[in-house]
Amino acid sequence: MAKIYSEKPSNSHTFKPKTETINFLLNYSKALKVSVYKGLKFESVIN
Amino acid sequence: MCAHKSNVMNSKSFSDAILVSQYIKGDEPSLSVLIKRHQQRLYSFIYSKVYDRDVTEDVFQDTFIKVIRTLKRGNYNEEGKFLPWVMRIAHNLVIDHFRKNNRMPKFNNSGDFDIFSVLSDGALNAEGELVKSQIVQDIRDLVEELPEEQKTVLVMRMYNDMSFKEISENTGVSINTALGRMRYALINLRKLIETHNIILTN
Repeated sequence: MAKIYSEKPSNSHTFKPKTETINFLLNYSKALKVSVYKGLKFESVIN
Repeated sequence: MCAHKSNVMNSKSFSDAILVSQYIKGDEPSLSVLIKRHQQRLYSFIYSKVYDRDVTEDVFQDTFIKVIRTLKRGNYNEEGKFLPWVMRIAHNLVIDHFRKNNRMPKFNNSGDFDIFSVLSDGALNAEGELVKSQIVQDIRDLVEELPEEQKTVLVMRMYNDMSFKEISENTGVSINTALGRMRYALINLRKLIETHNIILTN
């Protein structure tokens, strides 16, 4: 029986996170602000 | 527009250390370069431990949330080890995941089986608490009856959680002597329990 040489492997596992996850992280980073007041650090997520 | 594009193109060749430094100074695109550079390596690493896509996605996200928070809080010390640091965070989160799963095993609650028949929160009821506090008090009273040297070692070991090395330094005796006193303390406690005819179990 002839072998099938596909150009792409039939089971291609792309071990990458979802685009939504990456976008969430980038948006979270943009929204996260750390402010220092009297020696204490406060985090706030700004819209 | 062209200048921005060329900046993005250039930043792809920057080292992790430079990207981290730029990000900390407020350059958000540097984070994007860092994530894209290492996402596959990190994702594969997590997946190789948990073998679950959803869990991997969660751990990946939680890892970078910690990274972002630490960098923005200025708590990161650059020693040329960005990726190992991130991998260590991911590794610890994987361990947390397994610990959580052990405490709350997943059950399919179908049909007549009631999950609460096998799950309990392990806390004592009121009677149990009373008995426990009585036992604790009884033991303390018995410890008071021990010879001073043995009592000291036992209290340091059992109540203060000290190592025998710390006990020996504190009391000025050798570790072997401290061990011996502990041994005799326990032997004598057992004798006292028998003498006083105390029941120390629930």
